[in-house]
Amino acid sequence: MINRRDFLQFAAISAATTGFSAGLTKAAAQQSLTQDDLLTFDSKGTLTLLHITDIHAQLMPVYFRPPSENYGVGAFEGIPPHLVGEDFLSHFNLKRGSALAYAHTMVDYVDLARTYGRLGGLDRTATLVNAIRADRGDNNVLLLDGGDTWQGSYTALKTNAADMVECMALLKPDAMVGHWEFTLGSDRVMEIIDNMSYPFLASNIVDTEWEEPVFESTAFYERGGTRVAVIGQAMPYTPIANPRWMFPDWSFGIRAEIMQENVNKARADGADVVVLLSHNGFDVDQKLATVIDGIDVILTGHTHDAVPEALRIGNTLVMSSGSHGKYLGRIDLEVSNGKITDYASTLIPVFSDVIEPDKTMAAKIAEVRAPHEEELQRVIGKTEGLLYRRGNFNGTWDDLICQGMMQERDAELSFSPGFRWGSTNLPGQDITIDDLYNQTAMSYPSVYRLEFSGQRIKEILEDVCDNLFNPDPFFQQGGDMVRVGGMGYTCSPKQVMGSRISNMTLLSTGEPIDPMRNYVVAGWASVNEDVEGPAIYDLMETYIQSEDTINIPRNDAVKIAGMD
Amino acid sequence: MNLERRKMLGSTLGVAVAGLLGGTSIAHAAPEDVAARIKELAGEAEVKSGAITLNSPEIAENGNSVPISVSVESPMTDDDYVESVVILAEGNPLPSVATFNFSPASGEAVASTRMRLAKTQNVVAIAKMSNGAVFSDTREVKVTIGGCGG
Repeated sequence: MINRRDFLQFAAISAATTGFSAGLTKAAAQQSLTQDDLLTFDSKGTLTLLHITDIHAQLMPVYFRPPSENYGVGAFEGIPPHLVGEDFLSHFNLKRGSALAYAHTMVDYVDLARTYGRLGGLDRTATLVNAIRADRGDNNVLLLDGGDTWQGSYTALKTNAADMVECMALLKPDAMVGHWEFTLGSDRVMEIIDNMSYPFLASNIVDTEWEEPVFESTAFYERGGTRVAVIGQAMPYTPIANPRWMFPDWSFGIRAEIMQENVNKARADGADVVVLLSHNGFDVDQKLATVIDGIDVILTGHTHDAVPEALRIGNTLVMSSGSHGKYLGRIDLEVSNGKITDYASTLIPVFSDVIEPDKTMAAKIAEVRAPHEEELQRVIGKTEGLLYRRGNFNGTWDDLICQGMMQERDAELSFSPGFRWGSTNLPGQDITIDDLYNQTAMSYPSVYRLEFSGQRIKEILEDVCDNLFNPDPFFQQGGDMVRVGGMGYTCSPKQVMGSRISNMTLLSTGEPIDPMRNYVVAGWASVNEDVEGPAIYDLMETYIQSEDTINIPRNDAVKIAGMD
Repeated sequence: MNLERRKMLGSTLGVAVAGLLGGTSIAHAAPEDVAARIKELAGEAEVKSGAITLNSPEIAENGNSVPISVSVESPMTDDDYVESVVILAEGNPLPSVATFNFSPASGEAVASTRMRLAKTQNVVAIAKMSNGAVFSDTREVKVTIGGCGG
């Protein structure tokens, strides 16, 4: 069913020439991989869709360690994107130590990171986009931005996303959708959109008073000799996962029935190809593909899954193009008599060391960072071990943040939200302000200090866990489990809500968490208004400076049950 | 869900009962209470699915004001029309949320309202037709205590 030829071709090139990483020098690995290799593609038809999503304001190349846990439940257990490490390598037939193995998994991560270097950088992406546009012809290519573009870095925070808006304008996407964009507040979102030269689409946002659409749902394009409709979908649970008070007049939701109406309207308006540009998350879109008739391609984002090729679900192709600028997704479509007759797809890893940066974009990135460059480079500490965020239950960056909050707010426990954005620091690297803000830059950063009963803590964990492991994807909000400092527990993802969390233990004493006792908890990113406390990035700057050298001990506080 | 303003205003006037949360000491309704209420409404008629569609968000953005809408397929003629639609919430202290009464003059059996939901629960919509037939549709609405998505 899936045509893997093109993908295998590239995998073979990189695997055959680089082999296992041991003993390879960085120069040798890079000599074997070229910009042309990355652009090699057995193209089909005349229409090309390019997809970039969840950049999280990463203008510069980053290290980003893929997760070691990404559990799927119900119908989604053990299938992409819920494959990690060796399972991912064998499913997609990737050779351990190859460039693609490094891009997609955490196997041999630190060694391979030193070999293959950082991924991403919007100037490198611009080079790839320009090359593909030149090759295929401007009128045959659609570039679509899946959102979470305007948040996630120091400069995006300090400029209210002006840095990203200016750089993306140079990349010239044909449309975008949103999620973290809304945490700039509705006024700022509207101000940016009013001055943007491409549409901000949302089929699923209505005003809370009259339930009328707030944004355009659909944009039409004549490309590749065919009429293409692009329907946009914002993150359905933005008002629940993020502070609703920042955009109080807008209501979201999946709104599958409106989606079906918009697909039908697009067909009635003569669209040969219907594309859904989505910030639903991978599993939500896997389900949506089965309940909506008439979508040819879903370009999905939000859950940061990088899948090396488009998956076919019924008559719909689903492409998930990763995050942080690490990848550029490409689907070529052959369309005849209003129907798709052939396709080819690939996810191009943006290996920053082998791609010539686009000069115009590089200059713009330098320009937007220049006023902040000294602060961005300021070193606040150093890490002995690997600092990363992704993982269903914890990552060392959040272990550090949980330690910092307990220390600085004198708390017994701490909560750090299960965000999936944030770059990686390799062992021995300095920690800069740039690095710290890549983990923490957002518009509701206050670190609260509150008392919760043991019972309430269990309810919170169960609630968040159901957002992650509800077997019906339409009830999943994306993101990972809230990270907990000072406490261990057992999680059984396949149980029902209320029964997934057990063995809650206070690590300092080894005693069970008492449902009746109150515990002092520090945490950040509360969705409530008027939260009191220092900003997480200020608190962590103080903490990291006081520690100087960071060494995160192995964290086995969360045990997983029933997933073997 | 995609109701036009005119329809929504029209249908909101049809709300007869809006039993929202009472005092906190009131016990939550059990699914059995709702089942008994449905039996009472249906009488001898068998409750079937189809004909009625209840729309609600999968997860409430604000449990204090959850928008729902309901529509029933019917020619709405003198001989064949929807008499009433009852909305019930299984987990609220008072399960009866609203009753919408229709007549052939209504033109279509479409209504929407907002309801308070105390916790995650099933919401049930029951349509009673002029010929005595009864249809129902059920949707689970999740009410969360706070998300961490990202």
